[in-house]
This record gives sequence, structure tokens and C-alpha cells, in this order.
Amino acid sequence: MGIIVNRKTRAIVQGITGTQGSFHTKLMLDYGTKIVAGVTPGKGGTQIHGVPVYDTVEEAQEKHSADASIIFVPAPFAADAALEALDNKIKTVVIITEHIPIKDAITIMDCAKQAKATIIGPNTPGIITPKECKLGIMPAQIFKPGTVGIVSRSGTLTYEIAASLTRKNLGQSTCLGLGGDPITGLNFIDALKMFEKDRQTEAVVLIGEIGGNLEELAAEYIAKKNYSKPVVAFVAGRSAPPGKRMGHAGAIVTGKAGTAESKIEAFKSAGVKVAEKPGDVAELLGKLLRV
Amino acid sequence: MKLFEYEAKKILAGYGIPTPRGELAANSKQAREIASKLKFPLAVKAQVLVAGRGKAGGIVFANSVEEAEEVAGKLLGMQIKGMPVKSVWIEEKLNVKREIYFGITIDRFKRSYVAVASAFGGMEIEEVAQRKPESVIKILLSPQQGLRPYKARQIARRIGYAGDQLVALGRIFERLHSVCVDYDAELIEMNPLVETLDGKFVAADARIIIDDNALFRHPEFKKRLFEEESELSPQELEALKSDLAYVKLDGNIGVIGNGAGLVMATLDTIRYFGGKPANFLDVGGGAPSDKIAAALRIVLSDPNVEVLFINILGGITRCDEVARGILEAKKAVGLAKPMVIRLVGTNEEEGKRILTEAGIHVLESMEEAAKRVVEIQRQKR
Repeated sequence: MGIIVNRKTRAIVQGITGTQGSFHTKLMLDYGTKIVAGVTPGKGGTQIHGVPVYDTVEEAQEKHSADASIIFVPAPFAADAALEALDNKIKTVVIITEHIPIKDAITIMDCAKQAKATIIGPNTPGIITPKECKLGIMPAQIFKPGTVGIVSRSGTLTYEIAASLTRKNLGQSTCLGLGGDPITGLNFIDALKMFEKDRQTEAVVLIGEIGGNLEELAAEYIAKKNYSKPVVAFVAGRSAPPGKRMGHAGAIVTGKAGTAESKIEAFKSAGVKVAEKPGDVAELLGKLLRV
Repeated sequence: MKLFEYEAKKILAGYGIPTPRGELAANSKQAREIASKLKFPLAVKAQVLVAGRGKAGGIVFANSVEEAEEVAGKLLGMQIKGMPVKSVWIEEKLNVKREIYFGITIDRFKRSYVAVASAFGGMEIEEVAQRKPESVIKILLSPQQGLRPYKARQIARRIGYAGDQLVALGRIFERLHSVCVDYDAELIEMNPLVETLDGKFVAADARIIIDDNALFRHPEFKKRLFEEESELSPQELEALKSDLAYVKLDGNIGVIGNGAGLVMATLDTIRYFGGKPANFLDVGGGAPSDKIAAALRIVLSDPNVEVLFINILGGITRCDEVARGILEAKKAVGLAKPMVIRLVGTNEEEGKRILTEAGIHVLESMEEAAKRVVEIQRQKR
């Protein structure tokens, strides 16, 4: 159970022969993820950690028919890799790569919409359904199976919060990184909808940050739809000055839009509990779930 | 990356969008030469990468060659919002009948480009949206269709034009869209786009922000940003070159961490305990020791920094590499300031051992560490 990925997920790794691709393929295999093939143009016929490598996604698909792909390809070539995956009927594409141009990201999202596929990222740590499938670069030991769905725009901050939940015995159904870029395949509302349908998930932790208005729209959705599961939020960036990009391409306050205050206010007025510090999320959640 | 007005106007002119006749001057002698070739009155405009330049006195009109020379000289000695004026753009002043707005930006929620137009230009579009929300037209542009000619004409009609003027305006909108796509703009606008008394349209001001992540496709601008001129502080620029993200803030606690969200949360936690962060610095994923050293150099170059907080949560970042980086950098920079280090994650034990043996205390909890660094800063006072 959980959302998007589970023990049945069969994945390929695009960019498997690179340093990051090879390193994380090993970790994903160790976790039990079914990595059925890798793709690096020019490296077809070789193997990485026992995984066969192909020149094209097409050939990998002919031989292994995977349903997911994880992309470690450098930014200038990442859009092509994503389009190649979509063109070859892969329905879940996780793009780890950071620094993909916005124009390329918009094209990827448009093609994914037509292919009815799900894009996770770009600039995401990926997705993990604990003990079932890890398609990402997150440290696996901080997660454990449970009932809390986590959706986030950041990587390490998610690890921080997930680890504190695990310490308090609040396991996770799925932990999903949306990505730190301005254009991402999924947003908070998409994740909320999926977690609502997932029977394993009993509560949702939403980790937002400055920039854009996805948090405000999520708050509006929660209030309007009378969202059926408890939600706890944390928003990073109260100290961020306007007009400055805070590490993530998407984390920028423009004029008065996209501030942490606006997002926190929106959550509070939608009845969502907002944690003051990352460490407070577990406590608020514990109270809501009465554990 | 923000482009100067003169850069943006040259690009627009190259795409056949009418702009006022003008040239760039770096000193008053050049200004004189340029002015003598143009038709008066002239507008002399400071080339700085800050908003609100007009209100800050950065645009002055001139009615003679002498006046243009004098005004240019004055502007060239000025600082506008802390930015020195290194050049002025001198152009023919337009006979304005009406000022309109046209721009293209990103709609993050719709994951698309969006064209924005209004019959009321000349002020910031956010202000127009507040004062006359009904005048602001937004049209989503699909990446496959772009801005089709018929759509551009629809926009022209909806802001009040017909006939030849509608066709001319539509063409300008289309061309701006081509610039947007070709130059990887995350924001491009003509504000104001002037309708002159004789019914022509001219881009009186132009703004382009290029997507930083697309600079590899625009080496000429990357070169300008890295080697010549930018709106960034020297520290921000060094960070950019070292592939780090740095933002200066006004406090006294230097902060280094890995991951944008974690570093933002670190700043917030420091503030929660009553401290004031001096900066944001994200070393990113898999930070090797030379990157940590560069990070330390940048943070310590800020004289306001009294104590240092390093917050590392290793996902792909290895704690032992971070620890070695800290020690190497400490030696290289001659770091004498107190520091608090929080280090957990991949190869945590090895990282802690390296630092503890060097006499540096390592904490495990981010909150405790934030509290501790605020205490140390207070004790120093």
C-alpha cells in the first residue's frame, strides 16, 4: 500500500553508470527495490551491480517492461531522458536531477499530461514506501512502515522530520518529495488526494517552504473539501528576505507573494496544525492520532 | 539572472520589436556624442538592476546636448539603492498617448508559461492587479502551441485595439514570446509598451530575467554575470561559482547546512530561540571537503559573524567528508570563531570521531544545537 510506488514497482535507472546513478542503484537494490534495468546511451551491454545496462529505454522496455524510471542524468540532458521514458510508456518518472531549465520542465510536464503519467520532481529526493520500494536518494534507515503520509518540497528537511516521527514510533505510509523547483510534476493537492484514497494513510504531514502559492492552494483545498484525514504542516523560510532565492530555484518571495507568513496563515485558517519548529511536527501529530 | 535595460532592448530590437532610438554611454563624453546624434527631448536612464529606478531619480530628461552630458555625468556618479551606476542608456523620448503592459512569466500551479496584458501600463503589474484587476488579462500558453498569431490578436483586441493597430500589436506580442522562448526567460515584460500620438507601438522599457538554470545555453550572459557585472554581492558571486547558494542576512550567527529546506528551517529555529542568522548557505548534496571550505570562507568574510552553526544531515552528504572539510578549512582560513556543529547521517560515527579528536564538540539534535549557538553568541557580548 502507500501511494505511487509499492513492492510491485519495477523500475529502470536512467543515468545508471554515473557516480550518483551507480551509487544509489546499489542502495535502492539493498533496500529491496526492483531495479530491472539501467540505461546510459553508449554503455549498452554492460552491467552495474548485476543490473543490465541498455543504450535506450526502448530496448530496456522490450526486455523488462518496467513501470517506473528514476533519472540521474545531468541537467542539460535530463529533459530528453524524461521524454524518452514517457515515450516508452513509463507511467512514473522520478527526476532527481537539479538545475533543469524551467522551459524544459514545462515541456516534460506537458508531455506527461498527455501520456497520463506521473512525474515526481525535478530536484526531488524521490519517493519511498517504507519496506516496499525506495525510488530515490533518501537515507533509508530513518523511515519505518506506518500510517503517516509525508509530502514535501525539500530533501534534508524531510529527513529531519521523518527521523523524528520514526523516533516517536510514527511510521510512514509513503514519503513523497515534490521537488524544490518552480515547476514540479506533482503538487500538494495531488498528494493530498492520493493520501486520502490510500487506506494505509491515517494522517498527512505537509512540509512547505517559501515561494509560489501551492501551500495556500492546498490549505484552500483542505478547507473546501473538508479533508477527511488530519494534516500537520511545517513551512520553512520565515527568515527569508524578499527577492532572494533560498537554495531551491522555487524558494523565492516575490514582492509580497510566497511568504512563509501567508502560507502559515492559510493553513491555520483551514484548521491545519502548523509546527513552529521541525521537531514539533511529531508531537502535534501524536496528539492528533492520540498515540 | 536579470538583464540590463539596454541588453533587453537590443534583444527586442533584434526581433523587430520597435524600441526608442538610443545608445549606451559609459561616460559623459560618450553621452555628448550620442546626444548629438539623437532627436530631443531625450531620456537619460541609469542602467542598474534594481526595481523602482525611476522613483529613485535614475531617469532624467534632457533638452540639449549640454544638458544630456551634464545629466549623464551626474547619474554616472550615483548609487541607486546601493548599486553604482556604471552606464546610462540615452534614448529619444516618446510622445505618449497611452501606456500598456505586456509580459510573459511562469504559472507555477498550471506548470505553464502565461501571457499577461493590461491596457494600464507604466506601473508594476502587481499594482495594476490590485487597482484595476478587471483590466489584467492572463492567457496560458501551451508549450506546443506557444503564442499563436490569433491568440496574440485576441489579446490586442481585449485591451482595446482594432484594425491595423490590432495586427501591429499582435505581431509585437508574438515576437516577445519568441524572445521569451529563445532566451529562456522566466520573466519578460514591456512596461510600458507605449502607444505614441501617431498610433505606433514602442517598447519604452523592457525587462528580462533569464532562468539561471538555463545559463549554460546562453554563455554570453553567463560570462557577463561571472566575469563582468552582476547584481550579486562578491560573496553571492563566489558562492554561485562554487555551486553553493548564499544569501546575506543582517544577523551575527553564521549558518552552513546541506539542503535548502533544512537551512531555511535552521535560520527559523535560530530566530525562534532569539538569535539572528547572518546568512543562508546551502552546500547542497554530496558536498565534498573543498566545497565546505569554500562555504566557510564565504560565511567568515562577513565581519558581523560572531559564531558559526554548521548543520549537516547526511543523506547523500557524507559526514566524514564534511568533518575533514571543516578541519581543512579551519586550518586554511585560520578560523578562530566559536562554532557549534550538528552532524548526523551517513558515516556519522567517523565524522564525529574526526571532529572530537580535533577538540570540536558535535551535537545530534538541531534544536539543541540552535539553542546552544544562540547562548554562545549571547555570552560573547
